[in-house]
Amino acid sequence: MKSAVIVFPGSNRDHDIAHALKTVTGQDPVSVWHADTALPDVDLVVLPGGFSYGDYLRSGAIAARAPIMRAVAEFAASGRLVLGVCNGFQMLTEAGLLPGALMRNKGLTFVCREVLLETVSTDSPFTRNFAKGDVWRCPIAHHDGNYFANADTLARLEDTGRVAFRYARDTNPNGSINDIAGILNEGGNVLGMMPHPENLVERLQGGTDGRRLFESIAGAFAAA
Amino acid sequence: MKARVTVTLKTGVLDPQGKAIEGGLAALGFAGVDSVRQGKVFDVELNATDAGAARASLEDMCEKLLANTVIENYAIEIL
Repeated sequence: MKSAVIVFPGSNRDHDIAHALKTVTGQDPVSVWHADTALPDVDLVVLPGGFSYGDYLRSGAIAARAPIMRAVAEFAASGRLVLGVCNGFQMLTEAGLLPGALMRNKGLTFVCREVLLETVSTDSPFTRNFAKGDVWRCPIAHHDGNYFANADTLARLEDTGRVAFRYARDTNPNGSINDIAGILNEGGNVLGMMPHPENLVERLQGGTDGRRLFESIAGAFAAA
Repeated sequence: MKARVTVTLKTGVLDPQGKAIEGGLAALGFAGVDSVRQGKVFDVELNATDAGAARASLEDMCEKLLANTVIENYAIEIL
């Protein structure tokens, strides 16, 4: 499985994602600069975490209009896989590739700790190795992770199995509506999530709960 | 030509920063503040001479970048 990680000014989890992909798939991803206009021939594109453009205007807003994003939108429209983690999730909503918006955390503080996630949808290349209702550990580190969508959008997400992950019951760290931690696009080929599965892929990091997400993706290609 | 764009959160969208400011005002002893909502102001200088064209261009800017219309409204004022 070939992958690319897009690097924006202010990205800081690009190496973490690259490490996770290398650990799980054995292959180094290609690093692509935000000012490029074309993507290499890959199966997966990752928008990493960080603070692109210093979170100016709104988190992910400027990055979502970067030159490379046109190619990312075309890549997603062709049904290929796009994963956005944390700042990457914010970019995907700002770019209109995922619905809703990520707002300031309800408690106003930056939250950096581990949470428990519940897997809601297993019907996607990103979540196929999970079982519905699986609860797993995952680190979070964000200031703007409070997911919001209007009632119609929310109903559509819930009714069509597009909520991928929720914060486990009574542990919502940021005020996200319906405890949403990650969502899928209509085609199931774009996933945005606030937590960082790439930071829990080996024992040295304190656990391997995040591996399953990358194994799911790799498995989707092995199976194809 | 100068213009001012004001971006505010839509009704019903939670504004934790506005709430914190509300609390700050109460702590300072300001009574009778029912609610505070925080927004953004952009002062834009344009080289357009036609106000109609400037407004149309600013609307496009708001839709594409200055506001996130999922959560925000915008108002344009030609000064």
